[in-house]
Amino acid sequence: MPHIEFRGVSHAYGERRVLEGIDLELTQQRIGVVGANGSGKSTLARMVNGLVVPTDGTVLVDGLDTGKQGAAIRRRVGFVFPDPEAQIVMPTVAEDVEFSLRRTDLTQPQKSERVREVLERFSLGDHHDHPAHQLSSGQKQLLALASILVTEPAILVCDEPTTLLDLRHSRKVTQLLESLDQQVLLVTHHLDLLAGWERVVVIDEGRVVADGAAAEAISFYRRLMGA
Amino acid sequence: MLTGTYVPGRSLVHRATPGLKLVLLAVFLVPISIWQTPLLAGVSAAVVLVGFAVARIPLRYLLAELKPLRWFLAVLVPYQWWALGLEAALQLLVGLVISVAAASLVTLSTRVSDLLDTVQRGLQPLRRLGVDPDKVALTVSLALRAIPVVRDLLHQTLEARRARGLERSPRALATPLVIRTVRHAERVGEALAARGYDD
Repeated sequence: MPHIEFRGVSHAYGERRVLEGIDLELTQQRIGVVGANGSGKSTLARMVNGLVVPTDGTVLVDGLDTGKQGAAIRRRVGFVFPDPEAQIVMPTVAEDVEFSLRRTDLTQPQKSERVREVLERFSLGDHHDHPAHQLSSGQKQLLALASILVTEPAILVCDEPTTLLDLRHSRKVTQLLESLDQQVLLVTHHLDLLAGWERVVVIDEGRVVADGAAAEAISFYRRLMGA
Repeated sequence: MLTGTYVPGRSLVHRATPGLKLVLLAVFLVPISIWQTPLLAGVSAAVVLVGFAVARIPLRYLLAELKPLRWFLAVLVPYQWWALGLEAALQLLVGLVISVAAASLVTLSTRVSDLLDTVQRGLQPLRRLGVDPDKVALTVSLALRAIPVVRDLLHQTLEARRARGLERSPRALATPLVIRTVRHAERVGEALAARGYDD
């Protein structure tokens, strides 16, 4: 499994400190991150892809410094955002998946075959040439996932990928995430989606306040939130 | 093009290279833009319709592509009539509809990515002048992708304005629409960076 390491990481947006003294080593295949709104969990997730570089400390992915080796990190770490609308950049479904392969050395037939395989796997095979904006929200999120996973990253970071989805599509996305060979870091408010995950990290006010097996960590988080 | 629709097929029109289609489109548009007679308009319209028949693209796709023109024409044609007379207004109307229909035949029968690859290759000689063809192609595709997104944002903002009983307030439309559009642009930029397109 890939090795993600946070060493003494703190971060501030201007005067507002959002993460404080984070030390974590993430080596499990299925890792959940939970926390209240504004707790700093999305910032933590963005650091794994190098989208946010910590103001103090370092984040390493398989020994690569996210602050210094951004391009190499982004080839290794795929990132899925809450709103798929912002991730889809091409007009049709197949074109958006193929867009991710633009900078690879694959030939056009190889790209087309890879796109076809991924769309079949994500139940989007019948929508190959459909305009992306005509898909349902759930299908758009599946397309966003397909467009990231077609490049076969070693790590997938998902920031609340089910927030805008109904229960059926939430289940579908979660089942897909659970079936992946990749290391998956999932930030979510949907605690039931993390049942059975190997490790769950609880963030509160920029600090790690619980870290362990899913059942214990989620139980702690429920108590913390007074639920 | 505005609807981002591609109608798959294996017709002669589909199989023609995007470069050839763009050149033919440019040649087709010149006469109808410069001088227009009823005969030329009729022949041009017939050529476009034959093109759709050969490509086996149902005319409902053409109508969907022409639909966004209606607001533009609703403003421009009366103005042209008032400024230059009925004949000039009709020429503008017919010329625009035929031109957009011809362009739609090209875009409906060609994947946007293939068109962009052609544009990208065509711009290669401009690299020496500092033009980055990759960035131009990406910018064009993002602009096309933004059309349905901004249209949806507009509808949502109009609904929100109506729900608050502020139908007559331009500020209640413009402010949230601009903020949401800029926020969307920021998110797209972040998503592109996450996919390695940040250089």
